[in-house]
Amino acid sequence: MTLIEPMEVAVKAKLCVEQVGMVFERDGKSTHVLENIDLEVGDGEFVCLLGPSGCGKTTLLNAMAGFLAPTSGTIRVDGEPVRRPDPRRIFVFQERGVFPWLTVEGNIEFGLFKLTRAERAARVAQYIRMVGLKGFEKSYPHDLSGGMKQRLEVARALAVNPDMLFLDEPFGALDSITRLIMRGELLRIWEAERKTIVFVTHDIDEAVQLADRVVVMSARPATIQQIVPIDIAHPRDISSARYLELRDGIFKQIGLAHRI
Amino acid sequence: MSPGSARGEGGEEQRPAVSTGPVHDSHAATMNWRVQWRPLAFIAFLLVLWHYGVKHEPSHLLPGPWGVVGGLVDLLHHGLLLKYVVASLYRVTWGFVLAVVTAIPLGLAAGWYRRAEMALNPIVQLLRPISPLAWIPIAILWFGVGDLAAIFLIYLGCFFPLMLTAMGAVENVPSVYIRAGRNFGLSQSEVIWRVVYPAVIPQLIVGLRITLGIAWLVVVAAEMIAVDSGLGFLIVDARNAGNRYDLVVAGMVAIGVIGLLLDLGMRSLEKAQSFRWGYTEDEA
Ligand SMILES: Nc1ncnc2c1ncn2[C@@H]1O[C@H](COP(=O)(O)OP(=O)(O)OP(=O)(O)O)[C@@H](O)[C@H]1O
Ligand SMILES: [Mg+2]
Repeated sequence: MTLIEPMEVAVKAKLCVEQVGMVFERDGKSTHVLENIDLEVGDGEFVCLLGPSGCGKTTLLNAMAGFLAPTSGTIRVDGEPVRRPDPRRIFVFQERGVFPWLTVEGNIEFGLFKLTRAERAARVAQYIRMVGLKGFEKSYPHDLSGGMKQRLEVARALAVNPDMLFLDEPFGALDSITRLIMRGELLRIWEAERKTIVFVTHDIDEAVQLADRVVVMSARPATIQQIVPIDIAHPRDISSARYLELRDGIFKQIGLAHRI
Repeated sequence: MSPGSARGEGGEEQRPAVSTGPVHDSHAATMNWRVQWRPLAFIAFLLVLWHYGVKHEPSHLLPGPWGVVGGLVDLLHHGLLLKYVVASLYRVTWGFVLAVVTAIPLGLAAGWYRRAEMALNPIVQLLRPISPLAWIPIAILWFGVGDLAAIFLIYLGCFFPLMLTAMGAVENVPSVYIRAGRNFGLSQSEVIWRVVYPAVIPQLIVGLRITLGIAWLVVVAAEMIAVDSGLGFLIVDARNAGNRYDLVVAGMVAIGVIGLLLDLGMRSLEKAQSFRWGYTEDEA
């Protein structure tokens, strides 16, 4: 038998962003939003994109998910160029993307149309349990709280068993307590399912609490300023010296003062 | 804005729990009773005013309420009221249903394909301000005096508002829903069927209600000229055949009552829809 090649053992890059640039043309004016973005995300890795408001984080995420074609450069997933959205890579929206005309069950079931009835029911039950929405199967989204809706959307995404999740400030609209709880839940789910996650935020603490690596982006036109690996094991102690050191480093990098 | 969220606020609004005992309860009931009967009391007041006004100044300007009741009884007696109501409803039904099945798919498609909309829009905007009544001569020329001409006019009156409602509703569907649909691997026709269609239903129902009201306005006008039966015809005929103004007003009363009933019916449809979206009962 042949030997396993050493390359195969190393962590494979799931997502490759190569020299991506994005220019929007509007009213004859062109806006350079992304410039020379190079990034590799490993299989099962949790990466946070961090940057000032309006720098182009959503734009980059949209391009990765196949909703937008970059003006230049290529984006590959598993070596294949990304051309269109795909159920293997689900985008969880900043605005609430759950369908108001479907119940909790109906929403989770939405992407499962290729499965048999029994498989569907099993999946729905599994993810309702996972995100803690048991007892709300027949509820409609506007009877749920903001955090529950966000969990529902994550459940809908996970139910189709994607390889990757793109999350665009998913907890941005939640209160700070719910946000903390949701971060814990997301980490728990990520550890259970090991999806590759690209998570956009402009909250430095959020990025350092969640990510394996934090990608710090500059103001528009966005370039990658620095990639900070967060070498703290989960569960992370957010008062530990290393946590504070990493967080402060990013603060400095972005050019923010420590006092207000 | 999604009608769901608007309704959500209404749905979550809690009535204060009534715990102050029977005194409070009966008080609330009395209030409720008063609020409900106030419009009826007002109508009664107007009827009395009408009655004494006509009595005080007995001219031929208006028949009194009893005269109108007599007219209604007269019409019922001859079987005309029922016959004309059925004739009018028949035309409204056909004109309205034909408009619904053509204008809504067309409007949905036009809203979906921006290009098509741009091709259609100037024509729609040009035809829309033309009152359906302006089409009466052409309707008679094409279809002769009869049901078809009236149905055609109602169809025209309903078509444009319905089409514009459907177009607007599609354009207002939040793009996150459509993107989510595409993300889960739906084809374009599946996105339309599983995302766009349920998302536009609440707006369409409102549009249907408004349009049915228009249809009811148009049928009366159309019947005055283009046919020889129906409530509109009744009004013209009563005047021509010997100035029976009691019958004229009786016809007006019938038109008002039926219009009200149609609107109530459509409103209950709206409520049913909100029920389905807003609460946890049955699943589609
Ligand atoms: N379709 C478009 N046409 C023109 N300009 C656009 C378009 N989409 C985004 N932009 C511009 O690109 C820039 C980056 O937008 P983007 O939404 O990616 O920022 P962001 O980093 O996600 O911001 P935020 O943190 O506020 O969500 C903005 O200045 C925006 O105005
Ligand atoms: Mg954004």
